[in-house]
Amino acid sequence: MTTKKVVTRTQRTRRRTQFEGFNFTREMVVPGDGSGILADFHARAWDAFEKLSYPTTKDEPWRRTDIRGLDSDFQLPALDAYLDLPAIPSRLLKPLVGDQHGGQITLLPGGMEKNFEPESVPKGVIFTDFETASRAYPKEFGKALGQIVDPAEGKFAALTAALAPNGVFVYVPRGVQVKEPLHSLVWAAGESLAHFSHLVIWLEEGAELTYVHEVASPNGAQAQTLHGGIVELYVGAGANLRFVELQSLGDAVWNFTHERARVEQDGNVDWIFGAIGTRLTKNFSDLDLAGKGANGRMSGFYFTDGQQLLDHDTQQNHFAPHTTSDLLFKGALKGESRSVWQGMIYVAPDAQQTDGYQANRNLILSNNARADSIPGLEILADDVRCTHGATVGKIDPDLVFYLRSRGIPNEQAERLVVEGFFDPIMQRIPFDGVRNRFQEAIQEKMDAQ
Amino acid sequence: MSELVIKDLHVNVAGNEILKGLNLTVRQGEIHAIMGPNGTGKSTLAYALMGHPNYDVTGGEVWFKGENILELEPDERSHLGLFLAFQYPVSIPGVTVANFLRTAINAHRKAADPEDKGIKIPQFRTMLKERMDMLKMDHAFAGRYLNEGFSGGEKKRAEILQMATLQPEIAILDETDSGLDIDALRIVSEGVNALRNSEFGALVITHYQRILNYIQPDYVHVMLDGRVVESGGPELALQLEEQGYDWVREKHSSVVA
Repeated sequence: MTTKKVVTRTQRTRRRTQFEGFNFTREMVVPGDGSGILADFHARAWDAFEKLSYPTTKDEPWRRTDIRGLDSDFQLPALDAYLDLPAIPSRLLKPLVGDQHGGQITLLPGGMEKNFEPESVPKGVIFTDFETASRAYPKEFGKALGQIVDPAEGKFAALTAALAPNGVFVYVPRGVQVKEPLHSLVWAAGESLAHFSHLVIWLEEGAELTYVHEVASPNGAQAQTLHGGIVELYVGAGANLRFVELQSLGDAVWNFTHERARVEQDGNVDWIFGAIGTRLTKNFSDLDLAGKGANGRMSGFYFTDGQQLLDHDTQQNHFAPHTTSDLLFKGALKGESRSVWQGMIYVAPDAQQTDGYQANRNLILSNNARADSIPGLEILADDVRCTHGATVGKIDPDLVFYLRSRGIPNEQAERLVVEGFFDPIMQRIPFDGVRNRFQEAIQEKMDAQ
Repeated sequence: MSELVIKDLHVNVAGNEILKGLNLTVRQGEIHAIMGPNGTGKSTLAYALMGHPNYDVTGGEVWFKGENILELEPDERSHLGLFLAFQYPVSIPGVTVANFLRTAINAHRKAADPEDKGIKIPQFRTMLKERMDMLKMDHAFAGRYLNEGFSGGEKKRAEILQMATLQPEIAILDETDSGLDIDALRIVSEGVNALRNSEFGALVITHYQRILNYIQPDYVHVMLDGRVVESGGPELALQLEEQGYDWVREKHSSVVA
């Protein structure tokens, strides 16, 4: 049952005052098997889902993202549904980092594919789907699942946790370095379908890993598609995670994601985001610097056009002393698209000697695009350094004239200015393949009418 | 041999008429200096010739290689062989000197031959190093963002580097000497002189005679109130240096009034 039934006041317009809710039911919750870890988790998540109400624009984090236009009626993909849906373009399966994957798991509508030779990674490393993890690695999986992102922290987090048909679990034991990068791809093709994905990466003390996580689907669907995602990253003491995530979902997808990295003492996370797809995205990305000397860098790239709305909510939480965070999000906007970036640096009372930085830069390429950029600081310690900056600007016509005076045609001149704008983000990405993917995205977006 | 022929050029900026019927011809192989007091329209001439959108041409023609270039886009004017060395070059964040120059060269090659595949990287590097050596520039310059954080002298050198790379037939140098110390002025002038040959013509816009000690002009023109009012040889520049512009103003008082 829905706990909140809002009585709609009589209005001349038929516009609803609130999203009416999905028609998912408890019977749809994946039962899980094996150890029962998954079954318990799903059941708890569904309970949380029922207790929580749908967000409205009266809720501060959702003020600029209205979900009243969201459909209620999504189907969960049937078993093997992917066989009748567009296939994954081969370019998405190419390694983005280095020459080859250490392994790849593809979550498909109604299916899953695993390409992974356990021999290719050091002993003890787990890279598998949730079902298998629950059966074969209950100890590791049990202590990791739901520890970093609590399903109860949001309506969509709860829904995703309850209904994700499968997920990817990565576990790196103490002191182990995984040389070859691991890769997961969520393929969310289809119309009127609901896709839910869940990723858990757990790095024990001193472990090292590079990971690429992609969520993608084709453009051009007539009806809405839903994607809910959870990403849980645990970086143990002195561990080092390089995490790249790329969102290129189709233009009819409504996307809701909760992500968090928890970094223990002297651990390090280098977190790279790229977002170019979806009709609407509401993303929560939190960096919890939990141990002394923990360090986190967040680098975001987005480019919107048409009717897109991308809303990224970031939180840099300094819970311990001597922690550093460095966030740079840069976006360009075309058409009638919108972006929202709302960032917060929080410094706990005893988190002295911390250094927090956040900046969001937006380049508006059309008269009807709009970017909202809202930085925030909440500092409860007194010996800290925190800086932030936010800008929204247009292409300076004098720059374009200068380039054109050197023989560079208008479109190319504008592209050069846009590429230059994104360069500080590119400089932070140590992977050619990822940079090339972003360059391609810039080109495609600039060419699109 | 190509020539730039400016006929009765009228230009408005923000609704005010700045150029009021300017006539001038610059041929390849010739160096022309344009001098004149502040506010006479020298920079307006430079921008209008290159096609800046804020400079509104209300009358006249500018012929170059058989085309009235006033009908061309700035990039098309560049492809024809026109170049403007800016008085205040803008910085382009995130775009390196090398990337920018290679893009510009390839745009020129593509304009000449749509099938062109672009300059080969090793060939480009060699050429760029050669030109940088000529202008006594550190090779590290190529990797810096264009004009970003450049000193006044570095910016002007970067302008001349671009000119040396694109090899225009007619270059307009808009107060290239402003903000340069004597050493930088010498280096920049040497760069211009190195390009000097029968294929290269230049319009050197300057406030002071100083740069003309290094770049010897063939012709000197004086601008006043949006027109060229005096033309002569190098001796005219010396006369202006000694006597100032008052005699020009008096002589052409009807124009100024």
